Amino acid sequence: MNLGLTDDQQFFQETTRKFLEQEAPITTVRALADDENGFDRGWWARAAELGWTSFLVPEDDGGGSLSGEGVVDIAIVAEEMGRLVSPGPLVPTNVVADAVARGGSDSLRAEVLPGIVAGEIVGAWCLAGPGGGWDAHGVAVSATREGDALVLEGVSTPVEHAGQADELLMTARTDGGLVQCLVPASAPGVHSEAIESVDLVRRFATVHVDKVRVAADRVVGEIGGAAEAVERQLHLAIALQSAEIVGALDRVLEFTLEYLGDRSSFGRPLASYQAIKHRIADMKMWIEGSHGVTELAVRAVQDDDPEAVEIVSAAKSYLGDHASEILQECTQLHGGIGVTWEHDLHLYLRRITLDRNLFGTPAQHRERIADALITKHGTATDLEVTGA
Amino acid sequence: MPDQTERVEEFRLRARAWLAGNMPVLAPDAPPPERAEDDETWARDKELQRMLWDGGFAGICFPKEFGGLGLSIEHQHAFTEESLPYEMPLHLNVPHFSILGATLVDFGTDEQKAKYLPPMLKGEQQWVQFLSEPTGGSDLAGSLTRAERDGDEWVMNGSKIWSTAAMSATHAMCLARTDWDSPKHRGLTMFIMEIHQEGVQIDPIKQVNGSLEFCQEFFDDVRLPPDSVVGDVNDGWTVALALLAHERNAVGGGSPYVSGRNYLAEGADGAFDASCVKLVTSRGTADDPVARQLVAEAHVLDVVQRGLVKRIGLGMETGALVGQSAAITKLFTATSAERKTTIRLELAGPDALTWPVGAETIGRGAGEDFLERQATSLAGGSNEIQRNLIAERVLGMPREWAADRDIPYKDVRSNAMPTSPGG
Repeated sequence: MNLGLTDDQQFFQETTRKFLEQEAPITTVRALADDENGFDRGWWARAAELGWTSFLVPEDDGGGSLSGEGVVDIAIVAEEMGRLVSPGPLVPTNVVADAVARGGSDSLRAEVLPGIVAGEIVGAWCLAGPGGGWDAHGVAVSATREGDALVLEGVSTPVEHAGQADELLMTARTDGGLVQCLVPASAPGVHSEAIESVDLVRRFATVHVDKVRVAADRVVGEIGGAAEAVERQLHLAIALQSAEIVGALDRVLEFTLEYLGDRSSFGRPLASYQAIKHRIADMKMWIEGSHGVTELAVRAVQDDDPEAVEIVSAAKSYLGDHASEILQECTQLHGGIGVTWEHDLHLYLRRITLDRNLFGTPAQHRERIADALITKHGTATDLEVTGA
Repeated sequence: MPDQTERVEEFRLRARAWLAGNMPVLAPDAPPPERAEDDETWARDKELQRMLWDGGFAGICFPKEFGGLGLSIEHQHAFTEESLPYEMPLHLNVPHFSILGATLVDFGTDEQKAKYLPPMLKGEQQWVQFLSEPTGGSDLAGSLTRAERDGDEWVMNGSKIWSTAAMSATHAMCLARTDWDSPKHRGLTMFIMEIHQEGVQIDPIKQVNGSLEFCQEFFDDVRLPPDSVVGDVNDGWTVALALLAHERNAVGGGSPYVSGRNYLAEGADGAFDASCVKLVTSRGTADDPVARQLVAEAHVLDVVQRGLVKRIGLGMETGALVGQSAAITKLFTATSAERKTTIRLELAGPDALTWPVGAETIGRGAGEDFLERQATSLAGGSNEIQRNLIAERVLGMPREWAADRDIPYKDVRSNAMPTSPGG
């Protein structure tokens, strides 16, 4: 848990945990594995009543945050969802809400935001093309002007919950730069093709757009000027993803410690072996480091920090590397039971694996960091920097 | 917080103005300060400390009634951020202020605090710790140095080792066994020792990098006055544990008593460490994908450390985390320093191996740092001890079995204490 929460936020965190434990326990998650949509729309609407889709929407548009810091608030939900590998389109819907709230026309905000806040409209963000690049270079949808309208052409994949979404936020390229627009999933020319994923309940699709006409009032932000907004959305998605990961890690460490305390071999609890204690200690350090950097990332996105790219990508690459190793280590410490379908560990391993590569791999994010650092600080220096 | 306390931002502005008017400016690309192994460096630090004292910025988190400012860690962080462009008495931060000063605040009597804290803050004294012994470092409570009563006074005999900068120091806190009939942890007492007195011999120890920072001390009937006991007689382990917690916190980057940049905990204060970027730009490898991955990896460790220190510091302050959680930051700092040192060696390539005669090149720094890479992982409690602490004290896993628990210490098997080569 974020250790800097206000009393209101702590109360909200407890309420969220209770809601999830009652309404989406692991048994429900397992049952949803066979569900086409991966979550229940009625459940999502009840969750929205708690504020899950309103924190990034301004009060004038029907939303409102708990603390005045909507990103910090929504990260609380993401972390609690991580603890129970919860279903639901939390990240995509909030990314869409944030983008529309910041860059949407008055008519678009009025049309869409109340429905998102009520949990009636689910959003999805179409960013990456088939090449796996999670930035401007990876966009494989083009937009061309036709009078006042834009015409979209291309493909985006994998798109989280595109098959369940009512509104698709399309990131597209124009001759003059990136543009974003909000397209109804039911618009003519939009075709979502379901694909399978490593996670049991997070659904994905490949979205094809074939000569999709978008009216001017559905353009989000400036045509050709969306690069900054795309970065912001990516940072928001990663900050929430990081919060989900640390929630999952806390829970996995809890049940692994319980198991090591209960299980004996050679006449003593597994937890009493130093070989195991030291591995657990390393994991605890990685987990606390993950919490620390996640809190920085959430803060950077909340504050629109100009150095957010370095902090968010640091979180993404650190968590990506360590969270997946922690899951494998815990699997090892569980022994054979850890690699069975029956044990819950694989639900967490699946989610962590998904979160590791979705929105970029650790190595891709290290490259983003190197680019930022070398651009900023990499002027040629003398070999003898410290003098003789 | 009481109303009369100066707000952090007001304090920051006042500090900014004062620093600009009073402290010497560092070159923008100034290297970390030299190791403090000569009297000149210490004299300079004491001079700078005196300037802070005269300006009213010494001991920001130390108690007001004993010469400090009695302000919060946020005030200290603001001052540190403002101080980065200036020359600061950084060597006095650890162990002088953040370990010994901090322990004195916790356990000193009012008389001891009044006697020692103001001169510490004025830069008139320099304190070190006498803890490890030649017979063992990690098993600190196994101390064989002895102190015996002689009337009101104490007489100490034995030896301590790995004490940083003891040569130039004025005072030490020294752990000694005062009761051999009690079990290990219950027969120890912590003493304040004036270092320059009869019976104390100090020998420097040369480290792999040539540094003479470390020392070994030999005590031959050293006499200590009655008011030199810190805490209670035979309760020195309690004091030692608190001292060690302060050490972990200082080395981990979370101490409120560190003023100015903390080079022991690189990255913790948010200052950008440019060494890796400098290496790739100077060697022309800035476009090499492998080098770029390594530059980023080192930076990621710094960012994570900054977040970790902030989180653990806050958690310990509010009680959300147990005190031993500082072991987490200590272990992170040490293992991260290991990795970053290896990364710099890799980035430096052949430049880490040879350099022009007498030149202090960035490559030489990378090579020599690698030779002492494990220092942070050994000092202030080894990584293995930190892992035990995290597992047992933070997470509540079963304690290790110990052969010396609950038996009189005189009956415990131990290594032989060496005698003074000079006496």
